[in-house]
Amino acid sequence: MHGVHYVLHAPQGDTYADLLFTMIERRGQRPPVTYTTFQARDLGGDTAELVKRHVQEAADRFQPDALLVGESCTAELIQDQPGALAQGMGLTMPVVTLELPAYSKKENWGAAETFYQLMRGLLKQTVPQQPDHDVKAWKHEGRRPRVNLLGPSLLGFRCRDDVLEVQRLLSLHGIDVGVVAPLGAGVEDILRLPQADLNVCLYPEVAESSCSWLERNFGIPFSKTVPIGMGATHDFLVEVHDLLGMSPPEAAEGYQRSRMPWYSESVDSTYLTGKRVFIFGDGTHAIAAARICSEELGFTVVGLGSYSREMARPVRAAAKQLGLEALICDDYLAVEAAMAEAAPELVLGTQMERHSAKRLGVPCAVISTPMHVQDVPARHSPQMGWEGANVIFDSWVHPLMMGLEEHLIGMFRHDFEFVDGHQSHLGHTGGAGAGNGNEGLHESGSLQEAPSGQLVWTVDGEAELKKIPFFVRGKVRRNAESYAREVGCKEINSETLYDAKAHYKA
Amino acid sequence: MSANLLKESGPREVFCGLTSIVWLHRRMPDAFFLVVGSRTCAHLIQSAAGVMIFAEPRFGTAILSERDLAGLADAHDELDRVARELLVRRPEIRTLFLVGSCPSEVIKLDLARAAERLNEELQGRVRVVNYSGSGIETTFTQGEDGALAALVPLLPASDARQLLLVGTLADAVEDRLIHLFSKLGIETVRSLPPRQSSELPAVGPGTTVLLTQPFLTETARLLRDRGATVLKAPFPLGTEGSRRWMEAAADNFQCPAAKVRDVLDPLEARARIAIAPHREVLEGKRIFLLPESQLELPLARFLHRECGMELVEVGVPYLNREQMGEELALLPDGTTVVEGQHVERQLDRVRAGHPDLVVCGMGLANPLEAEGITTKWSIELVFSPIHGIDQAGDLAELFSRPLHRRQLIHPALHPKPSNHPVHA
Repeated sequence: MHGVHYVLHAPQGDTYADLLFTMIERRGQRPPVTYTTFQARDLGGDTAELVKRHVQEAADRFQPDALLVGESCTAELIQDQPGALAQGMGLTMPVVTLELPAYSKKENWGAAETFYQLMRGLLKQTVPQQPDHDVKAWKHEGRRPRVNLLGPSLLGFRCRDDVLEVQRLLSLHGIDVGVVAPLGAGVEDILRLPQADLNVCLYPEVAESSCSWLERNFGIPFSKTVPIGMGATHDFLVEVHDLLGMSPPEAAEGYQRSRMPWYSESVDSTYLTGKRVFIFGDGTHAIAAARICSEELGFTVVGLGSYSREMARPVRAAAKQLGLEALICDDYLAVEAAMAEAAPELVLGTQMERHSAKRLGVPCAVISTPMHVQDVPARHSPQMGWEGANVIFDSWVHPLMMGLEEHLIGMFRHDFEFVDGHQSHLGHTGGAGAGNGNEGLHESGSLQEAPSGQLVWTVDGEAELKKIPFFVRGKVRRNAESYAREVGCKEINSETLYDAKAHYKA
Repeated sequence: MSANLLKESGPREVFCGLTSIVWLHRRMPDAFFLVVGSRTCAHLIQSAAGVMIFAEPRFGTAILSERDLAGLADAHDELDRVARELLVRRPEIRTLFLVGSCPSEVIKLDLARAAERLNEELQGRVRVVNYSGSGIETTFTQGEDGALAALVPLLPASDARQLLLVGTLADAVEDRLIHLFSKLGIETVRSLPPRQSSELPAVGPGTTVLLTQPFLTETARLLRDRGATVLKAPFPLGTEGSRRWMEAAADNFQCPAAKVRDVLDPLEARARIAIAPHREVLEGKRIFLLPESQLELPLARFLHRECGMELVEVGVPYLNREQMGEELALLPDGTTVVEGQHVERQLDRVRAGHPDLVVCGMGLANPLEAEGITTKWSIELVFSPIHGIDQAGDLAELFSRPLHRRQLIHPALHPKPSNHPVHA
């Protein structure tokens, strides 16, 4: 959001969280967060005074339109009541106190609660006596229908591009987007939320509590289908049209606007049929993935689970439809055990499942947070809508062995290059052994066929060379040899290596 | 010394000591680091190191829950259970570090006693030690000080004459330094931390300690208590620092001066060649270092004296004046050295000072770049082989690289408006 500042009572070191925004999301601004960063020596003194000083400094320096005040896990133990302190300081902007129990709740709950408290704090004065919202008001007002997109945030999975994609999708159907929140919204945008005809709840983990508050207090309904996958995008369009009193969209739209259905139908995809896939992630993405896998890609879902306890019920229902028992837990070891048990050929999960999949030697694609920097790519990479389905097709099929290679490895298992488990389309030779092999070939070639014919690597020189990371070792070897020739020395030892390194400045 | 030493307090933008796990787990692959803390601690480690994909976890967090906060007895039982489960899963672990965090320190969970209890139970199969990496007590590299200090009581006793290098070094750097010391005539050179946690070096009155890193205050004190002599020297960054650091040992071992010159002179000459191209980029440039690791003083000394940079401000999270005496003496007169931080005011000074290069943490690096200020993110210095005379060129390169990069790509990415049409 913008114009909203957060004072977080937290020990020194908790500022690591800034890196999630500056490195993983690669933002060019500091997060609007002031940390009190207390240290052990402050605990003997007046930490409450410390909070007040930071609140005042933040208010003066950043002059936000609204101030959030909360505690980290350690501050929760010392109970300074920073929210109440800030409320009593006579600040001119609205102050929202956050009660986020760090020892029983987690990130998504915190995001949902914060968004809800901020919105409620800013809107509660304008709540009407009786909700009198008319979802079809746009018709007699002679304008296009207008919806809010609620839920997208930083550090959400592909939110940046999902918003663009959903905006485009709705625009094609003559529907305008009013407010997108929290991503990019300011206080003035939150105040405009009640002006929309309908709320679109894109990420229930973050926005469901806010959507239902707006429904209860203002009478604004909200959509419940998340448009990830071909079928879900179609259902989403049907739901939104229906809620807004519009005639239903063309059933064939998806086939025309996305390449995914044809790619999945084409014969190259036949070998995907029945591939065993294990799915784990947040509730929203796991449920969407299960539907795509079973109905659109022809995989067999052999495991489905989520760490979102709030979404346990819908995840269980989705699993039941596939004849599975859903795994609801946040213990990665239990997830790994379930994965090993299910023996999948593909894992669709979070960054954590990549670890387990590596351990088990199973191809893996990331479908949900937690994620790392590679899942905030520069290119347009939505998961939602028609283009999202294209992205999903490419990224889920990519880690699987290509069809021809799979056949050949199944037939001929004694190859020196295409060994078991090797995936040549991923471009690496598979294990350090292969690298050393190439190194060996190069070595004999350069030693025996060198024009001088006289260069000798000493044991000490060879040992020094081995310490160079293998991907630059070849270059270092060449440099050392040409340096030796240049200065006319016959023997290459560790000193020569360093001489050459200094000489070539690399 | 004539540096201008100032202190500042306020909001700080630094890592806590838990971060030390990110490199210590690689130095000692047979050790496991179990943080006792909250989800925040788990999240920190996972965010920092989780970009690598681990087939075998090397670290983890025993997350305190509401139940643990209610009564201490429960928490100890829980911890024992978690440790036991972990050791079943990873039977090859030889040393288990129980790492204290802010929550465990605030509720006064006695991890030292827990380590003792587990040691008894495991009877030598696995050694369990404890140190604190909490943010309230430690800043970034101070975590390594805690971990090494926790190992000192376990070191075997020996009166043998030896040189002990203390502080994490890259493997290749370690080998190189040991080789060079042997050329000087110092035969026995050991390292703390070792490459395997089970192969701890001995210590005693015959031990001479060279600190490779400036953040080892507590470890140095404990080694002194065990009879070792801790040498005073600048830190082995750059040609000059490394040379004087090695000479300090040579002196202590009474190596003949001529031999020392024979070994070190050629290295120094070569290092000068290696630094030269980087000096061309760095000379006359103004640098501002924000507090992070305590490496800032030796780095500033190297960058000023060997690369010709001007020092705008040198921030340090913590200043051990005795240990840093040699470094402070080598800084130019009037250098502003600021201990502690008020990050907002420090950023005001950065912007007002228009430095050519800012050494800062990753929470600030991209935002400063977006303001047009070139940065060198400081954490990399703890992950790079930068020690010793032979590495001086590489160390200089770490600082010339961002400036070189900007020169390289800036004109193309920010083209000046031109009247010439592209298809002329």
